[in-house]
Amino acid sequence: MSSTAISQYATFVVDDLFFGIDVLRVQEVLRYQEMTRIPLAPMVAEGLINLRGQIVTALDMRRRLGLSPRTANRLPMNLVVRTEEGPVSLLVDEIGDVLQLESSDFEPAPDNLAPAARELVQGVYKLKDRLLLVLDPDRTLEVNEFLEARPAGSN
Amino acid sequence: MLEQDVLREFLLESTENLNRLDSEIIELEQKPADKELLASVFRTIHTIKGTCGFLGFPLLERVAHQAENLLSLLRSGERRLSPRLVALILECVDAVRKILTNLEATQKEGPDEYGGLIERLTTAVQTPEEVCELPLPPTDAAPVEAEKSSAVSESAIRVDVGLLDKLMNLVGELVLARNQVLQFTTQKEDGALSATAQRLNLITTELQENVMKTRMQPIGVVWNKLPRLVRDTANACSKVVRLELDGAGTELDKTIIEAIKDPLTHLVRNCCDHGIETPEERAQAGKPPHGVISLKAYHEGGQVNIEVADDGAGVDVARVKAKAIEKGLIRPEQVQRMSEHELIHLMFLPGFSTAKTVTNVSGRGVGLDVVRCNVERIGGTVDVSSTRGKGTLIRLKIPLTLAIIPGLVAMSGGECFLIPQASLLELIRLEGDSAGRIERVHGTPVYRHRGRLLPVAFLNEILGLESMIQNDAVNIVVLQAEDRQFGLVVDGIKDTQEIVVKPLGKQLKGLTVYSGATIMGDGRVALILDVLGIGQRSGILANRDTQNRAAATVMAAADSGSQRILLFRAGSFSRLALPLSLVARLEEFPRSQVERAGGRLVVQYRGGILTLVSLASVLEPGSPGDGQGSGDPLQAIVVADGQRSLGIVVDQILDIVDETVAVRQRTVRAGLLGSAVVGKAVTDFLDLRAVLQSAAPEWLDRRAANGSAVVLLAEPSPFVRGVVRGELEMAGHCVVEAANATEALHCIGNRPVGLVLAAANLPPEGFEGLQDAMRQQPALSGIPVVELPSTESGRESMLASIAQLATVVEQDSPAPAIAVEGLV
Repeated sequence: MSSTAISQYATFVVDDLFFGIDVLRVQEVLRYQEMTRIPLAPMVAEGLINLRGQIVTALDMRRRLGLSPRTANRLPMNLVVRTEEGPVSLLVDEIGDVLQLESSDFEPAPDNLAPAARELVQGVYKLKDRLLLVLDPDRTLEVNEFLEARPAGSN
Repeated sequence: MLEQDVLREFLLESTENLNRLDSEIIELEQKPADKELLASVFRTIHTIKGTCGFLGFPLLERVAHQAENLLSLLRSGERRLSPRLVALILECVDAVRKILTNLEATQKEGPDEYGGLIERLTTAVQTPEEVCELPLPPTDAAPVEAEKSSAVSESAIRVDVGLLDKLMNLVGELVLARNQVLQFTTQKEDGALSATAQRLNLITTELQENVMKTRMQPIGVVWNKLPRLVRDTANACSKVVRLELDGAGTELDKTIIEAIKDPLTHLVRNCCDHGIETPEERAQAGKPPHGVISLKAYHEGGQVNIEVADDGAGVDVARVKAKAIEKGLIRPEQVQRMSEHELIHLMFLPGFSTAKTVTNVSGRGVGLDVVRCNVERIGGTVDVSSTRGKGTLIRLKIPLTLAIIPGLVAMSGGECFLIPQASLLELIRLEGDSAGRIERVHGTPVYRHRGRLLPVAFLNEILGLESMIQNDAVNIVVLQAEDRQFGLVVDGIKDTQEIVVKPLGKQLKGLTVYSGATIMGDGRVALILDVLGIGQRSGILANRDTQNRAAATVMAAADSGSQRILLFRAGSFSRLALPLSLVARLEEFPRSQVERAGGRLVVQYRGGILTLVSLASVLEPGSPGDGQGSGDPLQAIVVADGQRSLGIVVDQILDIVDETVAVRQRTVRAGLLGSAVVGKAVTDFLDLRAVLQSAAPEWLDRRAANGSAVVLLAEPSPFVRGVVRGELEMAGHCVVEAANATEALHCIGNRPVGLVLAAANLPPEGFEGLQDAMRQQPALSGIPVVELPSTESGRESMLASIAQLATVVEQDSPAPAIAVEGLV
């Protein structure tokens, strides 16, 4: 990557964190969709949504990042990410703009980031007023490693 | 990138052409004078040769070139087609196919092993041994035909299946959107809107039907390969067989076509090898020398029927019978009761083959059961009918498509779940009083279903959902998985629906309880239950994970209160009883699974080996019969002790009753404790110890040897002694018996006793008398003495008394005397 390379990121907010994901990996953004719960599934797998006839698993980014659960009155948004096995939806709090960022503002993730977040973050862009964490989409969707099954009766 | 695409295109086209070539060459053999056919064969080979020269595949080009040379001689009439030449051309086709496969896999042509073939081709071209014996009538029809066929190829275009699937999904979504629009239309009074909506409705329906059709392929795609197969097989068995195909245009979904390819090939090969007789045999039977195999495909009632018929010898039922018995697939007595139709179906059992010799064609006994498996896996059925001397007819019934299956919508915890109709046997609804009819065997719910115990699982418990039912009706869905039946209790049952199965994402791959998901009519997603996975998770079907859990629950005590008794039948004993607390599980084993090891009957059970012992043979040694009990499957009561289990084979499980045992009488017969009235009928109580003693003596030996303390049981009634003794021994204790205080004191003096269990009415002076006598001897004063609650009162059950005993021992006995974990 040359020092002035420009990348585009679709941005979103989870809790008080500001994230970006390579815009080419994002298929679309949707407002809250009704979901079908999946009993016995890992906690992150919040439910299944019907995306124009395709069944898409929705992963809760708060759970994925080890953050506090979303308050009940706040409905998440869907950020649908392309994968080789078909789309997967990430449930986030808010969707932001698509930003064009120069690689000169990029830095690797700080070491003191919470472990759950650090393994998913490729690095940080220093924006004027805040920091943008760049999410690794493939690692984010790699759910199996830290799977904890939904305990019976927690649905 | 471009080269890759060109290669792919070439491979696709060539493979298609080759498949056609096979059947054309065979047809050519029948009709050597058919100029059009010959021209078509020539063209195909020529196209392959031309393209591979262009793409640079020298080996392929060489083979194709020689084949072309030969064909061009045939075409020009310089050479007549002989069987030898046909074989040679077919060999070429095989070689070309092999190179193409290599190209597809590795993009290289593979090793050059066709030197011999090319040489033979060259020789055949050069040596005009059969020149113009019968010159073909010169015709000039070929060029006209060529134009015609190219017009056909222009009317079709090749489409990626993935694209069709995508199209299908979009249409599904369109249908849902249409439904919503139609709903809105009914709310608004607008003529123009309703007219438009109506039109949208029609177009959508038509679109849906047509998109469905794009995935359909004629069954002829599979049949194309059969003429060649029949020819080769018939030649190998020195038979003459003619193949008749009817209904090659019948269309099926692409996935189904793939799935029936192998079963169909196998059936046809089987007909050739086993069905059709040799020409000599046929002549003797007064039939024409050539046999006929006819395949017929047609639509019927939303399914496709495929019939494979031959006019051969038919199934020799007597031989099937003999073979099945010889191979141990079935018992002679069972055969007596079977109808001819059932007997013929024995051919589908795994490991069955009546072929006298194993040929390279068939006879290895891994055929028909695989056919049945494959067909059943796609939701189809196989049926055979046969007339001796006239022939055999095998009929396959296949669903039109796999992507859409019928499913039952069931509710649990407020969510909809789908159960594939293929695993559904029946639905039971229990209302009012009958709702309480789900009973528990050792914590495992069962339902008495037409005299048989059906294990039951609760869907909401399995999935961890809150039950939403308000009324007390119970819905049981009876399911079949892995030859086992079980009932699944759901909150409610809605209706059946045609569902489109979609796989779950990789984040959910570990979930065995679902086989996929689908989109319901209202656009919501619903999960499809995997019946096998549900059975395993509930512990009803064997699963490695559940093994340990099962072992742990084995000796857990039953509820206190009245006693639960299992009633069953074995040999000439029509009513036997065993306290349920001694029973680990009730099982059924198909007779075909029973094997013999170390002189005993065993079955593979939960990943281990379970020894089976026939109760009838223990109670009545030397009784007639085969010593295995009767009936198939075998009914077995499994008793277990830690890791060790024993299956006691009985003739029939009768009932489980919950009651206090009244009148008792001691019997002298070995293996029985005595009789009592249970459920208003006289019932014999089984002496489990005696059964074990005779069937698995090492079990008891091990107990005695492992150093656990001896329990002295002082009780005047031999019957009560027997029952309590059984309980104690099953819990791992060594028991000595005494009928009165004198005997008891004598026993304590003779061997180390860890605990004394004495009846209140122990002669001569009761429980206190014995206690006092023991206190007077310093050596015995440390031994705890526990009162055995009077069984005559009938209020305390035997089990409760044992549980009480265990607690007392834990508190009072300083010595680590008795392992009580089994009892509490």
